[in-house]
Amino acid sequence: MLATGLVAVLAASACAESDREEPTGDGDTPSGGTLIFGAAGDPKVLDPAFASDGETFRVLRQIYEGLLTTEPGSANLVPGLASDLPEVSEDGLTYTFPLREDVVFHDGTDFNAEAVCFNFDRWLNFSGTAQNPGVTPYWQDVFGGFADTPDTPNIYNSCEATDEFTAEITMNVVTSRFPAALSLPSFSISSPAALEEFEADNVTGSGDAPTYPEYAMEHPTGTGPFKLDNWDLANGAITIVRNDDYWGETAILDEIIFRTIPDGNTRKQELEAGEIDGYDLVAPGDYTDLEDNGFDVLPRDAFNILYLGMNQGAWEGAAAAGINPALADIRVRQAIAHAVDKESIVSSQLPDGAEAAIEFMPPTVDGWTEDVTVYDYDPERARQLLEDADAVGTTLKFYYPTDVSRPYMPDPGAIFEVISQNLQDAGFAIEPVALTWNPDYLEATANGLADIHLLGWTGDYNDAYNFIGTFFDAKAGGIGKLDFGGYNNEELFTAFAEADSEPDPAVRTGLYEALNAQIMDFLPAVPVSHSPPALVVADNVEGLVPSPLTSEDFSTVSLTS
Amino acid sequence: MLRFIARRLLQLIPILFGLSILLFVWLRQLPGGPGRALLGERATAEQIEAINEQLGLNDSIFVQYWRFLSRVLQFNFGTSIQTGRPVTTEFFQRFPGTVELTLFAIAFAIILGIPLGYLAARRHGSFLDSASVVASLLGVTIPVFFLAYLLRFGFAVELGWLPGSGRQDVRLDATHPTGFFVLDGVLTREYDAALDAFLHLVLPGIALGTIPLAIIVRITRASVLDVINEDYVRTAESKGLATSTIRRRHILRNAMLPVATTIGLQTGLLLSGAVLTETVFAFGGVGSFIADAIGQRDYAVLQGFILILAVVYVLVNLLVDISYGLIDPRVRVR
Repeated sequence: MLATGLVAVLAASACAESDREEPTGDGDTPSGGTLIFGAAGDPKVLDPAFASDGETFRVLRQIYEGLLTTEPGSANLVPGLASDLPEVSEDGLTYTFPLREDVVFHDGTDFNAEAVCFNFDRWLNFSGTAQNPGVTPYWQDVFGGFADTPDTPNIYNSCEATDEFTAEITMNVVTSRFPAALSLPSFSISSPAALEEFEADNVTGSGDAPTYPEYAMEHPTGTGPFKLDNWDLANGAITIVRNDDYWGETAILDEIIFRTIPDGNTRKQELEAGEIDGYDLVAPGDYTDLEDNGFDVLPRDAFNILYLGMNQGAWEGAAAAGINPALADIRVRQAIAHAVDKESIVSSQLPDGAEAAIEFMPPTVDGWTEDVTVYDYDPERARQLLEDADAVGTTLKFYYPTDVSRPYMPDPGAIFEVISQNLQDAGFAIEPVALTWNPDYLEATANGLADIHLLGWTGDYNDAYNFIGTFFDAKAGGIGKLDFGGYNNEELFTAFAEADSEPDPAVRTGLYEALNAQIMDFLPAVPVSHSPPALVVADNVEGLVPSPLTSEDFSTVSLTS
Repeated sequence: MLRFIARRLLQLIPILFGLSILLFVWLRQLPGGPGRALLGERATAEQIEAINEQLGLNDSIFVQYWRFLSRVLQFNFGTSIQTGRPVTTEFFQRFPGTVELTLFAIAFAIILGIPLGYLAARRHGSFLDSASVVASLLGVTIPVFFLAYLLRFGFAVELGWLPGSGRQDVRLDATHPTGFFVLDGVLTREYDAALDAFLHLVLPGIALGTIPLAIIVRITRASVLDVINEDYVRTAESKGLATSTIRRRHILRNAMLPVATTIGLQTGLLLSGAVLTETVFAFGGVGSFIADAIGQRDYAVLQGFILILAVVYVLVNLLVDISYGLIDPRVRVR
């Protein structure tokens, strides 16, 4: 047996050769060094059209660019591959994008208006497995359906290259999502030549076995300051190297290695051991410790919301599911809003820089307004409202998730404790229901099984609808989300439709401000807080600007000795 | 012997068939489905419905099972919904890591455990004996994630002697023809890469090896204590055999049978993936991937991985049965 093993090893040895690249060391280009960044998970796929999660976006943002992007450190929309913000036609349907003229893709082909239209047409014409909402979630979320799905309306109409560097994009309807959504990595521009060569659209397999094509796994080809060098799945590492032909300021670093380290404690210890230079999703409890040890904690501006959902029990079957009818009474919902001590949650449970929320979007989003009904912490008033509604002692099934930490909710159990105590002080009885986050908890709340529940959202791009529309606009069947009891508030739904389809940005902002006021009077949930997530880097890492949208650009990062 | 092996391999068929049915039914009893798991808080009811339709989850469970079974017979376990890659590719990419880690942990447990257990028994009632009993109790009870944290803090953060996570330094740009990183380094003559991969095994290997170590110490001790009081040992002593011969041929050999069983069972267990150890050491093996797959309701991965691991488990135990024959001629299989 041993002999057989030895023979096998020798045989393998004969055909195994090192394919290591020896360092060239020509000394012509200055060495910027290697940055190793700890990521919480592997990227899933390297074709932006199929990407939707934060870890994938982090890598893709360095390799690809879209027509629009966000200003470093803010959520403001600025030109990316477009040389200026688009000119909008009077009816709000046609967007004319002037393009940069000095851009080449990583494969050496030219970037131009035809390449832009090629990408838009590609997204519209996805077929088969690529139409799975798990494969192309952001296209479907923002634009709707595909060329061959007439039943699912599509808001994108066409793209025309009016000259080499001007792309004219026409929409079917006006929506506040466009063009803001173009800052999402999912709508980055790929090289048409590479898309064709590596059969990017060929998402094969039957419905229950989708397989991504070569382009998405090995040959991502964009225009960004870095390009893919190696994706070592067995070792949980992806390496990108500087693109020396970048049209803008070239990156300082030679290469970046994103190393997958799922456990938060391990990421922290690896930073302390000097094995990595930085990581994301820092636990709020670690901020002080890390800073005391000389690391730079970089908090982002909060671009999220934590809310306490309240179930009005208006959906068919709510009574059978045991939903408390008391929450249909606005006074009971107001009592809950007055009972919750947001300031104490912010000061005791959330990191520095967190703030209490008065509505369901952070102040940085256009449409936020001070002019809404504010429900101050007032247990007396809460109790009075409950008495008026004859609902003292009402039992609420309070759902909260376990084993999860979200940017807007670092420790759900602790936040639950505070709110639960607040509500009991005001005269409610609480029946706690703790469930595993995904999918148990999400499934239960989405099916309208909780009387009240904790949930939140991190914005995708700077657009009011991306926050309040996601929560409170009409969903399937023309009613609100079951999370909030499937209410049927025609007035609210009409206001959403008006605001979303308003072409004039200034008018639209006014409409969203009015909507925020309307929502806070209707009170389908209690806005609790905005909480800033943070990155941390070693003290020799400079130039990383934290972005509220977690869309950090690593090309400005340098390592000092 | 061959008939014995063939019989054991044939027994795999009903085991795998039964397991596949149990798995199939159990997975579909879990609340929530892949659609919700995939899209998280962003999922809408229509999207979940569309995903279920595409994945064929709206068909009856019999149809789904039949589809699964006919694919498995062609060694096609489907595709992971988490990564979009075939389940077999995912498995064979991760399994070498788990094998390396298991071999290190078991070797650590055997090399320390058998001598310690033997010495404890020989010096029954001494300080060494009591200490080994207490230490092995501690080894079984200490939570792996806590031990992992302590080991990493001491040896990686404070002393900087050993790497604290991962399978290999990502800067090495090592070649991986087989996926067994230590072996790869030797085969490709990238000896620095082999050494680095080996060093990466030390902390997770020790963390993982403590429980088998504690069990092996206890079993060896008990087994040796049984054997040294046997008549044949006394006979050997009275006929004047050299002590070393008695120890080697009469005590150790006879005491090894239960120890071999334990080693086999433990190896089988470790091979099926050390979820916690792999997760806290960011060691990309099968265990951490299975844990993720449960959270993601990745049915294809769970079904595929667990079935393949069941085969591995049965094969390891077959090897243990064969090793009985080497240790004890009486159980040599006819």
